[in-house]
Amino acid sequence: MKLAYWMYAGPAHIGTLRVASSFKNVYAIMHAPIGDDYFNVMRSMLERERDFTPVTASIVDRRVLTLGSQDKVVKNITHKDQAEKPNLIILTPTCTSSILQEDLENFVDEALQESQSDVILADVNHYRVNEFQAADRTLEQVVRFYIEKAKKDQTLDLEKTKKPSANILGILTLGFHHHHDYREIKRLFYELGIEINQVLPENGSIENIKKLTKAWFNFVPYREIGLMTAIFLENEYQMPYISKTPMGILETAQCIKEIEKVIKNIDQQIDFNFDQFINNQSKYISQAAWFSRSIDCQNLTGKKAIVFGDATHAACMTKILAREMGLRVACAGTYCKHDADWFRDEVEGFCDEILITDDHTQVGDMIARIEPSAIFGTQMERHIGKRLDIPCGVISAPVHIQNFCLSYRPFLGYEGTNQIADLVYNSFTLGMEDHLLEIFGGHDTKEVITNSLSSDSDLTWEKDGLAELAKIPGFVRGKIKRNTEKYARDKRISKITTEVMYAAKESIGA
Amino acid sequence: MEKLVFECETGNYHTFCPISCVSWLYQKIEDSFFLVIGTKTCGYFLQNALGVMIFAEPRYAMAELEEADISAQLDAFNELKRLCLQIKSDRNPSVIVWIGTCTVEIIKTDLEGIAQQLESQIGIPILVARANGLEYAFTQGEDTVLASLVDRCPKQYPELVSEMESLKSHPSLVLFGSLSNTVVNQLNLELKKQGVSVSGWLPSQRYSDLPVLNDKTYVCGVNPFLSRTATTLLRRRKCELIYAPFPIGPDGTRAWIEKICLLLGIIPNGLEERENQIWLQLEDYLQLIRAKSIFFMGDNLLEISLARFLLRCGMIVYEIGIPYMDQRFQKPELELLEQICQKFDLFMPRIVEKPDNYYQIHRIRELQPDLVITGMAHANPLEARGISTKWSVEFTFAQIHGFSNARDLLELITRPLRRNES
Repeated sequence: MKLAYWMYAGPAHIGTLRVASSFKNVYAIMHAPIGDDYFNVMRSMLERERDFTPVTASIVDRRVLTLGSQDKVVKNITHKDQAEKPNLIILTPTCTSSILQEDLENFVDEALQESQSDVILADVNHYRVNEFQAADRTLEQVVRFYIEKAKKDQTLDLEKTKKPSANILGILTLGFHHHHDYREIKRLFYELGIEINQVLPENGSIENIKKLTKAWFNFVPYREIGLMTAIFLENEYQMPYISKTPMGILETAQCIKEIEKVIKNIDQQIDFNFDQFINNQSKYISQAAWFSRSIDCQNLTGKKAIVFGDATHAACMTKILAREMGLRVACAGTYCKHDADWFRDEVEGFCDEILITDDHTQVGDMIARIEPSAIFGTQMERHIGKRLDIPCGVISAPVHIQNFCLSYRPFLGYEGTNQIADLVYNSFTLGMEDHLLEIFGGHDTKEVITNSLSSDSDLTWEKDGLAELAKIPGFVRGKIKRNTEKYARDKRISKITTEVMYAAKESIGA
Repeated sequence: MEKLVFECETGNYHTFCPISCVSWLYQKIEDSFFLVIGTKTCGYFLQNALGVMIFAEPRYAMAELEEADISAQLDAFNELKRLCLQIKSDRNPSVIVWIGTCTVEIIKTDLEGIAQQLESQIGIPILVARANGLEYAFTQGEDTVLASLVDRCPKQYPELVSEMESLKSHPSLVLFGSLSNTVVNQLNLELKKQGVSVSGWLPSQRYSDLPVLNDKTYVCGVNPFLSRTATTLLRRRKCELIYAPFPIGPDGTRAWIEKICLLLGIIPNGLEERENQIWLQLEDYLQLIRAKSIFFMGDNLLEISLARFLLRCGMIVYEIGIPYMDQRFQKPELELLEQICQKFDLFMPRIVEKPDNYYQIHRIRELQPDLVITGMAHANPLEARGISTKWSVEFTFAQIHGFSNARDLLELITRPLRRNES
C-alpha cells in the first residue's frame, strides 16, 4: 500500500476511454461499480462537450458479485448495439472488475453473436499500466484489429497516395492542447505540401483504418500515445514513422528535416525546399527567435527555472528554455517513469539535475530546495508555486478547466513557439519592472505573510528585521524570509534582526 | 384519490462514488483523518471531483492498493499499520476513519477485525465505513460513516451534565446528519424558539464531543439519505426515532419542527406565521418557477424532499429519479408530498428508483421539461440540446436546510431560468 494524496497519471481505464470516445461512433462499456463513470463528468466539464460521452457502465453490484455479470454485460452490449448502431463497442474492464477475474473475453464472444457492431475487450492490466500506457495500447489494439480484419477481407489499401501524405497518431480527447496542436500540425503539413491521410483517434472513423497504409509515413506528435501503433505499422507494413515533437524552433526544424529525409527516401523527385521553409517560418511566422535576441529577453539570462511534466512536454520545454532562451534549468523532471531512459537522454546536458518521480511531495521539496524564479509544470506545480510565491506556467497534463482554452493556443509548430515565448515571458517579473521594484522597495508595504512549507516556526522576527524584510520586493520576499530563517536555524539564532538578515544573505551569496 | 407510483429501472445511472463523502466529513469533524483504502481509480475520482480542495493539505488520503496487496503477497495488517503510524506522526488526529472501497470488498479484507487490533496498538480510535460503489450511491457514503460513528457515542452522561439534562422539560434530543456549522446553529435556534434544546449532533464538530445515545434519547434525521444511521440508532442504541419530513424548504422545516415538538410533548407556537412569512419573502422567485416543469434524473437522494418543496412552490414535477428509496425512513416525506399534490390538485410525479439514464434522456426529449436536475455528465449535452439544467451536486454542498436557507435553495433552482431570461 502507498499513502497518496495526488497522482499525475490516471488509472488505466481512463486511457482506454479517452481513445474510445475520441473515435467517431465507437462506444465503450465499462465493467464497473456505481461512480466509476466519472470520466463522463471530466469530458463533459473539461472539454465542454456538447454530445453525450459515448461511455456507459455495466454496473457491478452485490447481485453481480454473487451471480456473475455475464448476462448483464452481454445485455448491455446488445442493447447499445441496437440503440446506437456503433461501429465498435469496447468492453473496458476497471480495477474492480479485473480482480473479479470473470471471463470477459467470453462475454465478448457471446455478445458478438447477437450484435451488428464489432466488439472487443480492451487489453490492459490495471495494476501495471497507467492512463498513457493504456491509451497507447488501446489505440494499437483497435488499429491492429481493423487492419487485420481488412487484410482478411482483402480490402486493405496498400497503394500509396500520389502526393506525400502522413497519418497523425495520438491526438485525443482530454489531451493537453491537443486540438490546437492538431490545427497547427495540419497547417505545417499543408505548407510543406504533405497531405494528411488519417488522424487517429480524434474524430477518426473506424471504416477508414484500412486506408492507414496509404500514407507515406506516420507522425506521432507526443511520445506518450501513438508510438505503439506507429511501431506496429512499421513492422508489418514497413511504414516509416517520425516521433519528433515539433515544439520549439529547433525541435520543429529538426522534425521537418526528418520529414524531408523520409519523403526523399521514398521519392527522390520531390521538389520542395524545406530549408528555406524553415528559415522563413523561423524568421517571420515565429517571433520567438527574434524575441529571445531582443533586449528585454536579456534579463532572462541565467535565471533559474524548473521543469516538470509528461515526458514529451517536459523534455521539449527544457530544451527550449536552455537552448532558445538562455535560462538555466536547475531541474528537469517527468512523472512518466516508464519512459525515464528516453527522458534522461533527451535532457542530458540541458539541465543541472534530473528528477523521475510520480510523488508530488518529492517535486514540492525539490522546488522548495532550489527556489527557482519560475516553474514550468502541471497544475500541481502551479499550486506548489502559489504556496512558495513562485510563478508557474502550465505546460503539461494533469490540468484543470482553465487549460482547455477557448482561444487558439497550440504548443507545437511555429505558432506554438510564440505561445511558449509568451508563457515564459509572462511567468517572470521582468525588465524595467524588475529594476524599479528593487529601487523602490516593492509594490507595497503590506505585512509579510508566512508561506514557508514548514508551518511551525520557532523563530521570532525583531522589529528592525521585519522592517528590513518589508523593503524587499514582494515577489522575492518569501524566498529571502525562508533563506534567513534557514540560516538562523542552522546557526541556532532565535531572534532575527537586520544583522542576521545580512549575515544570511552573505552566507548564501544571494 | 391518486397515489404515488414507484417504479424501478435498471440502475444504469450516473452518480458520484460514495467515497466522496470524505470531502465534506473531514471538514465537519475537525480532528478526524479519513483514509480511503482503494485503488488509483478511487484516488483519481477524489482528486478530480474535489478540485481545489486537494491542494489545501486535506485531512484525507488514499491507501493505494498495489498489485502485491491484491494478490495478498503483502499483509494488510502490516501495511495499514505502517500507513496509520505515518498519519499519526504527521497529523496526530483524534480518530482515523477507514473508508472501505469496492476492491477491499471483493478481496474481502477484514477491515473491522484489523481496525480493532490496530486501534489498541497505535492508540487512536479507528472507524470502518464500507462506503463502496457496489452497494451505495453518493450521499449514502455519509450514511455509512455516521452509522459506524454511532457505536463510538457514549451511553451515559457524566454526572454533572446528567443533572443538567434532567432539569430539561423534555427528553434529550439528538439530531443526525452532517450540516455546516451555520446551519446547525440555525436549526438549533429554530428549535429553541419552541422550547426544544438540542443535546447534541451526530456528527459533532469534534470526535471527542460525540453525543450521548441511549434508550431515552430521541433522535431525528435532517437528511433523507440517512436510513442506515437511523436503523443503527434504533437497533444498537434503542433510541426513539422521530420520523419526520426533512427540514428542506419552509414547508418541510415547519413539518419537521412540528413533528419533533409533538413527540417531545411540546405545543409548537407561531410556526404557521413563520412559514407564511418565509413564503412571502420568496414571492419574486416563485413567480419565476410557477407552472414550470422539472425533471429529477436522480443521484443524491435529496430528490423527494426537493420535489416536494418545488411542488409546493407551484412547479410541475414530471419524474423523481432516485438511487435508493427507503419507503420507511422517508414515509412522512412521501406523505407530505402526496398531501401537497392532493391539496393543490397537482400532477402526481412518478418516482423512479435505480433509474436508467438512457431511458430518462428519451423521456426528457419527449417531455421537454423547463428544468432538469442532473449530474455533470449530462448537463452540458442537455444544454446543447436546448434543455435547461441544474447540477444536482450543488444541492449537496449548498446550505439548503431550515427557514433561512429557503431563499438560497430557490436561488439555485432559478439560476438557469434567470440566465435564460437575461
